[in-house]
Amino acid sequence: MKETRLGEFEEVLLLLVGILNEEAYAFKIAEEFKNQSGRSVSIGSVHSTLDRLKDKGFLTSEMGEPTAERGGRRKRIYSITAIGKRALEQSRDFKVNLWNQYPELALNKLKILGIK
Amino acid sequence: MNQQSNIPPKLAQRLLQWFLKDELLEEVLGDLDEKFDLEKETYSLSKARRNYWYQVIKYIRPFAIRGSFNHPLKNLTMIKNYLKIGFRRLKRNKVYSALNIGGLSVGLAVAMLIGLWLFHELTFDDYHANHDKLARVMQHKTRDGIKITRRPLPFPVGRELREVYGDNFETVVMSSWTWGHVLGDEDKGVLKTGAFMEPEAPQMLSLRMVSGDIKGLYDQNSILLSQSTAKSLFGDENAIGESIKIDNDWNVVIKGVYEDIPTSSSFNSLEFIAPWDLYVSNTEWVKASRNEWDNSSFTAFAQIKEGLTMEEVNERIRPAISAHTDQYEGWSDKNEVFLHAMNDWHLRNNWENGVQTGGAIQYVWLFGGIGAFVLILACINFMNLSTAQSLKRFREVGIRKAIGSVRKQLINQFLTESFLLVCLSFLVSLALVLLVLPQFGVLAGKQFTIPYQEPLLWLISMAVIVLTSLLAGLYPAFYLSGFQVVKALKGSIFHSNSSKYLRRGLVVVQFVISVTLIIGTIAVKDQIQFTQSRPMGYNGDNLISVNIVSDDYRGKKEYLETQLKDARIIESMAMTSSPMTTLNSTVGGFEWEGKDPNFHPHMATNWVSAEFGSTVGWNIFEGRDFSKELVTDSSSVVINQAAVTYMGLEQPVGQEFTLWVRNSYRTFKIIGVTRNIIRESPYSQVRPMVYFLDTEETELEYYLLKLNPELPSQEAIASTTQVFEQLAPNVPFDYQFVDDRYAQKFEAEVKVGKLSGVFAGLAIMISCLGLFGLASYMAEQRTKEIGIRKVLGASIMTLWKLLSSEFILLVVLSCALAIPIAYYFISDWLANYEYRIDIPWYSFLLAIVGALVITLITVSFQSVKAALVNPIKSLRSE
Repeated sequence: MKETRLGEFEEVLLLLVGILNEEAYAFKIAEEFKNQSGRSVSIGSVHSTLDRLKDKGFLTSEMGEPTAERGGRRKRIYSITAIGKRALEQSRDFKVNLWNQYPELALNKLKILGIK
Repeated sequence: MNQQSNIPPKLAQRLLQWFLKDELLEEVLGDLDEKFDLEKETYSLSKARRNYWYQVIKYIRPFAIRGSFNHPLKNLTMIKNYLKIGFRRLKRNKVYSALNIGGLSVGLAVAMLIGLWLFHELTFDDYHANHDKLARVMQHKTRDGIKITRRPLPFPVGRELREVYGDNFETVVMSSWTWGHVLGDEDKGVLKTGAFMEPEAPQMLSLRMVSGDIKGLYDQNSILLSQSTAKSLFGDENAIGESIKIDNDWNVVIKGVYEDIPTSSSFNSLEFIAPWDLYVSNTEWVKASRNEWDNSSFTAFAQIKEGLTMEEVNERIRPAISAHTDQYEGWSDKNEVFLHAMNDWHLRNNWENGVQTGGAIQYVWLFGGIGAFVLILACINFMNLSTAQSLKRFREVGIRKAIGSVRKQLINQFLTESFLLVCLSFLVSLALVLLVLPQFGVLAGKQFTIPYQEPLLWLISMAVIVLTSLLAGLYPAFYLSGFQVVKALKGSIFHSNSSKYLRRGLVVVQFVISVTLIIGTIAVKDQIQFTQSRPMGYNGDNLISVNIVSDDYRGKKEYLETQLKDARIIESMAMTSSPMTTLNSTVGGFEWEGKDPNFHPHMATNWVSAEFGSTVGWNIFEGRDFSKELVTDSSSVVINQAAVTYMGLEQPVGQEFTLWVRNSYRTFKIIGVTRNIIRESPYSQVRPMVYFLDTEETELEYYLLKLNPELPSQEAIASTTQVFEQLAPNVPFDYQFVDDRYAQKFEAEVKVGKLSGVFAGLAIMISCLGLFGLASYMAEQRTKEIGIRKVLGASIMTLWKLLSSEFILLVVLSCALAIPIAYYFISDWLANYEYRIDIPWYSFLLAIVGALVITLITVSFQSVKAALVNPIKSLRSE
């Protein structure tokens, strides 16, 4: 059986796929990750993680249309599956639950997470 | 250029295409392109290119690379299975496994031993850190159109090299010859060999100091001792600062003690070093030769500057001597100075007419070749036996294929099995090597240790293992795995011809090598025996030679003679300027009436006392021996037969000649001709030689004592020792038996003979192991045929002939091939010797007959066994 828990990097990528929607392919995701987190990451490692998420059933992918800017090559567009969405929600709920038990700061943080 | 570099780096793209899964290629290339463009716009082209490489490298991940790269890991189970089957086969065919492993491990062991020896020879002198840059200064002399190469140099050459050619050298060091000297004080002396050298020598030779100062020799009255010399003088006490005397005469202070120089160095015999200046200022003749260019009596070593090659320096220093000697009147020699690189000292030290002609390197090649051949023999054996064996497995291969083995898996299986066998053999051979290493050391005259810490050793071992398993496993692997399933299962591959021819061919190769080695060994032994039985020209029995190491021995001939003769210890006694087994000097400038003026004769000279001839027992051929009674004999000489021919004299006795001797021209008269006496190499012609009578004993450096043959030699030596020690109590008595020294001249050849004998024996043994295996295989294959033949009435003799004839034929063929090869090598080897045998044809016959007999015995063992089997048994089996 494949491992079905989400690692931190995996979770972020999954979220980014959701955010980027139609534009979710390895290069874009890597760029977006850099923009959002400030950490740079190689396309290869993003690709490898996406591949793993696909294996776990959290993502599906299909080849897009060829575009001129990349030498007429097609890109592989990723999209979240229902299981992927559920895994994200579970992960969020799990953390929210933890935050709720966290004293003092709990309320403030809860709001932020709740909006997202 | 610009256009090109605007696109991502080609090489990186190619790399990506090579390792990336095909189905990922399009998207990844696209992504990387976009990234490249972005980088190019935000930063720079070069940064973009660098980043592209980074991205490509980062794609080397399990998910993205081609399946074939993951292969080995996935196949671990298969390899385990191969090994298991391999081990089972080993256990099942015990005899074959033993033959296979035994033969190969002997071959590997021989190769390893030879490898060790080669390593020792090729790293000779590596003890000295600067061995790449060190050299001995030498000279070629052209004399009557012939170039001779000599070590002795004139005194001023060191100064000349330093002053005129100084930018070529790091250091130039003058040195005396390494000779025995007495070290010690009035109570105790030891005889040690050493040299007087200029003070930079210890640093140049990178001696490792145990204690004291490596620069100690800058003080004229100092000395450096080797550790063992220091120990023999002072035991475990500190030697530094102690005063000792050299030859009971020169006071020196010990300034340092260095680690003993190992036997794998040319300076092994340097047991002490004393300052050159001490030698010069205390020795009259040396002091006098300070500016003499025509007196070559010294040696010199040099270290060239970093960045220069020996050839470059040789080119420049060539005229270092001739620039001066050419101005000498009547100087006919043409001198050329050159450097003999330390890396060549041990293996390349022969010159012929000024050209390097090798030396011991010849033996390095010879034994390297033999080692390689023995290894090849063993591999062939291995190949042969495994091919023969594996032919039995055609059904297995068929079934494996039918079940779905691909060819690659079968190849892997066979290679794994051969690798397994080779590894086992390697372990066995390692044990063998450790077992025989001491004996091998005795045989080769050296001490060997396995340099475990040397990575090269392991690298070579690994390479040999891999290579051998490939070599031995490839043929069966490819041949067997190529079977067609249907054919393999039907059994029709059985009578394949190609493998039969291959096996026969390999047997022929094996026997060609073995027979050649045997013939060669016999030839070497013959040549040695022939030379050993060459008449020496004198009688060396019971003759001992005593070097006059101390002045206390000098001028004591009368005293010693009466003492020793009265006690009946010796029969006679004489003195000579050079020991019986070498020649120390050669002179030129002979003039006589009727001599061709363009002929500049040089002859070996030997100063002797009047009793020399009768003591060594020379053979006067014409004329008479020296006489003690005749005063005129001080200007008489005896020459050898070679000299008569060389000088072209019809009537040698009575002929007079003039020669510059000790500061004056003197006339000498030939009074006798002796038969040639072998003084130098017994393999070469005897040089023309003149014996002078030295009545003043100024040149005589050795006592020759003919011991009383009726006395046991130990007793005679003990009494002689007593007499000498009375003369000089602190000088250890040192002597040599002349016939021992003479026997040493054969050492190298005897060693070669012994080693090649051992190797030839091993080669034939390995070949026979292979033959034995093949014969038993053949017999097994034909069990049924033999059974049927027996039932039909074939006699044992017929069957034996049937089974043996093929092998005999092969061996005969091998002998036919071996004859020209052996002839070529033997005549080539014999050409090195002036005094040599003709090609020993009987050795060819002997080797052939020997090979045939051994083959017959080996093969008959199997064929007779097969022929004797009861046909009921052999026919019942199915």
